[in-house]
Amino acid sequence: MSTQDPIRRHTISVLVDNEPGVLARVIGLFSGRGYNIESLTVAEVDSNESLSRINIVTSGTPMIIEQIKVQLDRLVPVHKVKDLTLEGPFIDREMALVKVVGTGDKRVEALRIADIFKARVVDATITSFVFEITGIGEDLDRFIDLMRQLGLVDVSRTGAVALSRGTGAF
Amino acid sequence: MSSGTILSGAEIVIKALRDQGVDTIFGYPGGAVLPIYDALFKQNHIRHILVRHEQAAVHAAEGYARSSGKVGVVLVTSGPGATNAVTGLVDALMDSIPIVCLTGQVPTHLIGNDAFQECDTTGITRPATKHNYLVKDVNNLARTLHEAFYVAKSGRPGPVVIDIPKDVQFADGTYRLPGECLPKSYRPQVKPDLNKVEEAVEMLANAKRPIFYVGGGVINSGPVASQLLTQLVRMTGYPCTTTLMGLGAYPAHDQQWLGMLGMHGTYEANLAMHGCDLMISVGARFDDRVTGKVSEFSPNSKKIHIDIDPSNINKNIRVDLPIVGDAAYVLEDMIRIWKARNKRADQAALKEWWDQIAVWRSKDCLKYEKTDKVIKPQYALERLRAAVAGRDDVFISTEVGQHQMWAAQFLPFNKPNRWLTSGGLGTMGYGLPAAIGAQVANPGALCIDVAGEASIMMNIQEMATTMQYRLPVKVFILNNQWMGMVRQWQELLHGSRYSESYSEALPDFVKLAEAFGGVGLRATKVSEVDDVIREMIETPRPVIVDMCVDQKENCFPMIPGGKAHNEMLLGPEERVSDATPEEGMVLV
Repeated sequence: MSTQDPIRRHTISVLVDNEPGVLARVIGLFSGRGYNIESLTVAEVDSNESLSRINIVTSGTPMIIEQIKVQLDRLVPVHKVKDLTLEGPFIDREMALVKVVGTGDKRVEALRIADIFKARVVDATITSFVFEITGIGEDLDRFIDLMRQLGLVDVSRTGAVALSRGTGAF
Repeated sequence: MSSGTILSGAEIVIKALRDQGVDTIFGYPGGAVLPIYDALFKQNHIRHILVRHEQAAVHAAEGYARSSGKVGVVLVTSGPGATNAVTGLVDALMDSIPIVCLTGQVPTHLIGNDAFQECDTTGITRPATKHNYLVKDVNNLARTLHEAFYVAKSGRPGPVVIDIPKDVQFADGTYRLPGECLPKSYRPQVKPDLNKVEEAVEMLANAKRPIFYVGGGVINSGPVASQLLTQLVRMTGYPCTTTLMGLGAYPAHDQQWLGMLGMHGTYEANLAMHGCDLMISVGARFDDRVTGKVSEFSPNSKKIHIDIDPSNINKNIRVDLPIVGDAAYVLEDMIRIWKARNKRADQAALKEWWDQIAVWRSKDCLKYEKTDKVIKPQYALERLRAAVAGRDDVFISTEVGQHQMWAAQFLPFNKPNRWLTSGGLGTMGYGLPAAIGAQVANPGALCIDVAGEASIMMNIQEMATTMQYRLPVKVFILNNQWMGMVRQWQELLHGSRYSESYSEALPDFVKLAEAFGGVGLRATKVSEVDDVIREMIETPRPVIVDMCVDQKENCFPMIPGGKAHNEMLLGPEERVSDATPEEGMVLV
């Protein structure tokens, strides 16, 4: 059986009808069948056809990942399911807003590190910054970790959005 | 009336049902569906069967669907009407029965206000259905209704709910014909990949110890799938076993049928599954009642899995060759290719395999103690089998428990759609309403609910429905005064501590039948069994038979939880308590 199979992280892209309840269906599928969600993003991507794209980052054994995909695919409002991790190279990006409170050296250091990570200051007071950073999840993790020592008070993250590389589309 | 006609929402519902070929619906009125009931009142094409509980409406629709091959239709009100229907919906979901269930809803402007008899029907039924809809615009109502029928019966069938607010039922809107309304996204694959079918035929021809493992999908695919399956099994000469849901897909009187497999399946079927070198699964889903211990399930076989639902493939058991498609199409292609390539089974190997199966068969695993002191439940069913032998119009439903397993073991199902049982969900209270549905779909047929005295109490109120519509349904209670299967597990796993499994304070079932206006019959002695069965069959009215059977009898053979197919208990003398592994104890 699959119990010894390695657990891998997969990014799955799902094209769905933009209709009420579709997100609840997807989330209910994951919770009802005990699958893991690391992040999930959803927004309308085609207003003429009324389609939304859901990006799901999940992890599991190959058997579980296969189940997740076929279970998603049999939901009535689902048009397409694509496992970006398996089906060739892809780009994923995530954005975070990171609030840091401090004065003096820590404040200067926070600004220096933000510069290194190409994070933008989108709000500032005498004692605080809010940085906006975009990148792959691991870069955001590292940036947030560094900010912890420099007065981090709040983080908000979008979760990953993703597309395949190259000319192909779906 | 053509497409584009302006009708009220309630009239659109009736019109759409008619255009979908519906002539019967099962339901119960209430405040939020009164406009639809008013529209029903004003027409004569659709017959409404008034049940006594919404759960029974869905089970009756399931019995109707399963016994007729049509979509079962349910109409219930908002709030408690919808929540009462949920058990039936999940039952239909688990057993892949096509149902369209219309629920009333409070008017759109009150949704979310905690209005009287409001509940979040689409929220509650989302995991209980194949799909559901809330219709807020009357102009979407016709399209949604037609789409619901398409979804319910396409691919792997299942229940679909349409929640219709009361103001939408009153509002005027445009009617659309069925052909104009297909969903954009849902297109299940029904025709198989021919390369895979060819590969399957090669595997089939090269097998030494093959077995066909057949499930309810073959029955859902329609009677032609059962004919094709029978043809293929006979062409190859290979053995065939069926699941609980698959009974009737292959004729039970045929020598190549090994009986049902699984937890209470036959010795020969389970050992053949365990020892085979090729398993051809058709429309079955490798569920835990069938596989037993997954890691020791049929360890040395190649597995071909034919299923219309890709999510069934590699879910529990890894298979070597998955074929996605409708059973009838796949079987037809297999037969065609087998013939075209002049395939023939390896006769020497096959003879050896059948010789081995004959040894297993000689165990006579369904044998039980013959006695004239007490009515054995198996004996009662054997006599029932004898009494209906040769009849083509017998529909058997069951409740859930020991009696269900005995009925599966002892009654013969030679044709599909004759056997109605709650397999996946295991719903006590399923049998009587399902028999009602079968009787409505098959007037004049003999519809028997094989019941236990505990299960029957869960929907006993439906006796009133049988009386109202003069449905001569027979309730055949194997009354052992225990929740028998619960007690059997308490004996096997819980030191015979009979916690709450004794049926205290039972009604007098004969008087109960009479109180409803039906006929009550009782047998307490072996000598009375045949007479009671004959009288039951000959009585053209609803009958309850109180068959007072041996209180101590347990259901064998049995694969205890967490055990493999080759670790069956054949009778009460074999004990499991010490040997059951801890991980087996937690399994249900």
